Amino acid sequence: MDGLKGDSIASALHAQGIKTLTKSLRYDLPRGFFCGIGKCSSCLMRVNGIPNIRTCIAPLLEGVKVEIQDKLPDIPDAKFQSKPKKIVSVDILVVGAGPAGLSAAIEAAKQGTKVLIADENLQIGGQLIKQTHKFFGSKYEKAGTRGIQIAVDLEKELKELEKSGNIDLMLNSTVIGCYEGKKGKHKFAIIKRKNYDSILYEVESRTVVIATGAMENMLLFTGNDLPGVYGAGAVQTLMNVFGVKPGNKVIMVGAGNVGLIVSYQLLQAGIIVDRVVEAAPIIGGYHVHAAKLRRYGVPILTSHSIIEAYGKDKVEGVVIVKLDKNWQPIKGSKEKVACDTVCLAVGLTPSTRLLYQFGVNMEFVPEAGGFVALHDDSMQTTVKGVFVAGDSSGIEEASTAMVEGKIAGVSASLLLGFNKNAKDLKKQYKKELDRLRAGPFGEKPRIAKRKIDKLLEKKNA
Amino acid sequence: MKKKAIVCRCEDISLEDVEKAIDEGYTDIEELRKKLRIGMGPCQGRVCIQLVMKILEKKTGKEVGKINLPSSRPPIIPVCLGSIASDKNEK
Repeated sequence: MDGLKGDSIASALHAQGIKTLTKSLRYDLPRGFFCGIGKCSSCLMRVNGIPNIRTCIAPLLEGVKVEIQDKLPDIPDAKFQSKPKKIVSVDILVVGAGPAGLSAAIEAAKQGTKVLIADENLQIGGQLIKQTHKFFGSKYEKAGTRGIQIAVDLEKELKELEKSGNIDLMLNSTVIGCYEGKKGKHKFAIIKRKNYDSILYEVESRTVVIATGAMENMLLFTGNDLPGVYGAGAVQTLMNVFGVKPGNKVIMVGAGNVGLIVSYQLLQAGIIVDRVVEAAPIIGGYHVHAAKLRRYGVPILTSHSIIEAYGKDKVEGVVIVKLDKNWQPIKGSKEKVACDTVCLAVGLTPSTRLLYQFGVNMEFVPEAGGFVALHDDSMQTTVKGVFVAGDSSGIEEASTAMVEGKIAGVSASLLLGFNKNAKDLKKQYKKELDRLRAGPFGEKPRIAKRKIDKLLEKKNA
Repeated sequence: MKKKAIVCRCEDISLEDVEKAIDEGYTDIEELRKKLRIGMGPCQGRVCIQLVMKILEKKTGKEVGKINLPSSRPPIIPVCLGSIASDKNEK
């Protein structure tokens, strides 16, 4: 198999037209990845004899042997046994190197704290690295700049601080669990991967910022597990990070900003977007994005949904249906549409698994995308020293994620007694956050954060 | 084989499987997890849990917010036993 430098195993396979990466456990059905960022585990393959490697975030290295795992994998041999673990101690651990985590780490390091930032992907930047579009919002927070450029800027800043010794960056590393440490400290197990092999790090930290982002939502319809059904983010990753066409003809499900922007990027890549279907009676995203699609002649069908994806081993088409005002399918409205890719842009759910392990208070806030950790205006959760920022604290935008990260970074530093004008900075960042959420499209996060405040008040009362 | 709507990709659990289990009286996520293994595969529920909550809400009338999240335990991703089972340390 050939690939390019920087390819993941899964992206190289896609470039060769191989979408089936694994077979399902009970029914032996072909499966491909859904999320493309190491979360859905539909891409597990045996790599150099090591089973259950997430190939979407595993690098393609020279001479690698990749095999499909048919049913249960073989038991690996003795070479996997007993590797010594490494022990590390820091002031602040930041989990996730997306816009929120990077901002938190940079801000905390500037305060003089010793920071470790860990991310399970091969590159830093989180989802910014696939956002080739220009940002909206205020001029204070990178509006007009492309997401990929923001990632480059943040990386530059991080590398400078790395030289000063205040930040350590661990890529290709996953925080797999949280434990109670000694003297009020927190303890973490981190798995660092190298050449498909892995080493355990035991990390002790006084405070932690959880900036783990979110997971794309799956939708229930017949055939939703066929290779060719992707999350919109996965399609963006394939196209914009790896330069691989996800398919030739796409049905987009969801007309929020993600669905609209990704549709436009697909068109730019020379891929046919047959139509956008949206279950709601209105288009959720910015009209400027919708208008771009309409100028290209792409229909955006509101009150429409997908009820089936059909095909033998991969998507060959879908069945679309019109919905009545109670969101129920209208009889006789079924329409078959041939396509090779279904792209789901139906929302995100905050990644809160590590937060759960700390025992922080979590509540369901629909406007935040699901269960979120209750947090105060310093981004601190109900467990002292545990902070959240970005999508994992409630689904929002990269611009607000960065400011939340900054607030979490200075607040975590302040808690440890580091104070270089930190209080003023915090005030300034809070103002920025209010400014970013002021517009009509900030309504949902405004409601979400207000609900979180109320729930926290109730809890503390 | 007739195509299904899959709820849990890791354990191959379909919408029918979940609905049948709810009809049999397994009406919260912990019970469904023990009965069907949903959320116990390599992705640890990242894909399926939000779907199961919606199905539960629809079938039982219990609001999603009132349904308890399943517990989360380390490790949250697949790891080689050898790398977490060592008793040797290195600074």
